[in-house]
Amino acid sequence: MARRRTASDVSHDIVIGGIALVGTVILIGPVLVVLITSLSTSQALKFPPPGFSFQWYEALFDTLQSRQIHIAASNSFTVALWATACATVLSVLAAVAIARVRSPSARALEATFMAPLILPALSYGLATLMFFSLLGYRPSLLLLTIGHLIVIAPFVFRTTLASLTQLEPSLLEGSASLGANRLYTFRRVTLPIIAPGIVAGAFLAFVNSLDNVPVSLFLTNARTDMLPIRMWGMIESTLDVRVAAISGLLIVFVFVLMVALDRLVGFTRRVGGD
Amino acid sequence: MYLIFFIAPFLLLLWISFHNDNELTQPGLDNWIKFLGDPFYVEVVFKTLRLGLLTVIATTILSYPIAVIYYESGVRIRKIMLFMIILPLLLSVVVRTFAWIAILSREGVANATLQGLGLTDGPISLLQTEFGLILSLMQIEMPLMLLPLIAVMQRIDPRMIEASRALGASRWRTTLQVLIPLSLPGWIAGATLVFASSTTAFISQSVIGGQRLIYLPAVIYQQSMVIYNWPFAAVASIMLLVSVLGGIFLIAAVGRWISREAS
Repeated sequence: MARRRTASDVSHDIVIGGIALVGTVILIGPVLVVLITSLSTSQALKFPPPGFSFQWYEALFDTLQSRQIHIAASNSFTVALWATACATVLSVLAAVAIARVRSPSARALEATFMAPLILPALSYGLATLMFFSLLGYRPSLLLLTIGHLIVIAPFVFRTTLASLTQLEPSLLEGSASLGANRLYTFRRVTLPIIAPGIVAGAFLAFVNSLDNVPVSLFLTNARTDMLPIRMWGMIESTLDVRVAAISGLLIVFVFVLMVALDRLVGFTRRVGGD
Repeated sequence: MYLIFFIAPFLLLLWISFHNDNELTQPGLDNWIKFLGDPFYVEVVFKTLRLGLLTVIATTILSYPIAVIYYESGVRIRKIMLFMIILPLLLSVVVRTFAWIAILSREGVANATLQGLGLTDGPISLLQTEFGLILSLMQIEMPLMLLPLIAVMQRIDPRMIEASRALGASRWRTTLQVLIPLSLPGWIAGATLVFASSTTAFISQSVIGGQRLIYLPAVIYQQSMVIYNWPFAAVASIMLLVSVLGGIFLIAAVGRWISREAS
């Protein structure tokens, strides 16, 4: 149906398009700025950079100069891997149990599992510190893992529950009527179908643990330094340009994983809620 | 198991806040009286709420047009847009905050652009201002607004839009009276996440806001990790929790009010 475009319609497209363009520049521009800054030859955060080099990346990989950063990075990755593994197992079991019973109490449980997404994580971080201190534990990687686990579990839970609700009940009935027991049905029917959802959620959880500040902030000490906290310290004290190099590596890391997972499990589609 | 680890710490926080000393031997209201009786701390609460609301408003203004463009685009453009929305979300908050320092500092992108365009003579200070902080929080929180918004918009039947246009409604009218009211549930979810996240964004607040702008998370950190006054830190944490919940209820009420007005 061809319609004549009125002046009002044109103004709509200009205003909406213009704001959207500004929004997109604000959204993605900073990522490019960090990448460019990380290749700068300057000691200061000068933009545009006077010249380009890999000196900050070289400084970052220098084992003597950047030992603290390496320790923090290795701590962060260790905690993120363990917390994600535990959170995935826990969340999948919870999602399967909750999806099966659609009673009010199950709904309440569902809300409880989502709560960490909304309640201030900082209050939670402080509470965990006090909780563990009163129990007599000192900050350690194990406590950090437990703290992260609670905060990141909702991500896996949500994507798993979403793929479970799309599961055809007739498939399970079919499997049961053919004589399969519940465990066999879960392993051979349910799990393969919900696996992409689990993987997408696990990736979100992993990234969130890696980036976590509110819990790490309170459970970090000299022995259990974490990457985001160390980076924060570097920004606050001397504005070390090595932070740009770490950021550059993290950007590439996340980008590559995101593209790979998008191919494998349709990651962006799952997060986008389509 | 999950309940124990998640709920217990909050109850503990409440319990600790009603003590006067770190050893928890003297129960009392001293720290509550100290917090609520001091105009400085009461102002911090209001400034935190204000920051959250301004961030929600700024994020809404930028997100809705992007969501509308997303809704009207084809599959390929949608995929690219979704990628651009999710990538920043997956980057560490520290990385994104650092990016804004590189942009807002005296020799940064913003000042270089402003001077290049001849809008300012010398470098202007954008760090340590509420404007600079809201600008950076806007970028940091925008994906949280956009994702629920486009998820809800995708479920709007395109025939509703076609019907509106066929009945002679202008593009403005269709967007304002059909698309926006129908996507309100997504806005409520997004605004809730943005508000909760921006009021507790300790790193961004402290690095970009600096010493001059103090918000509740900074009070919590100072009291617990620098001064070691745990009961007072617990009071501040509960105030943060209450503020966030208050903001969330306000957002839900506004959402309900708009949808009633629109129908």
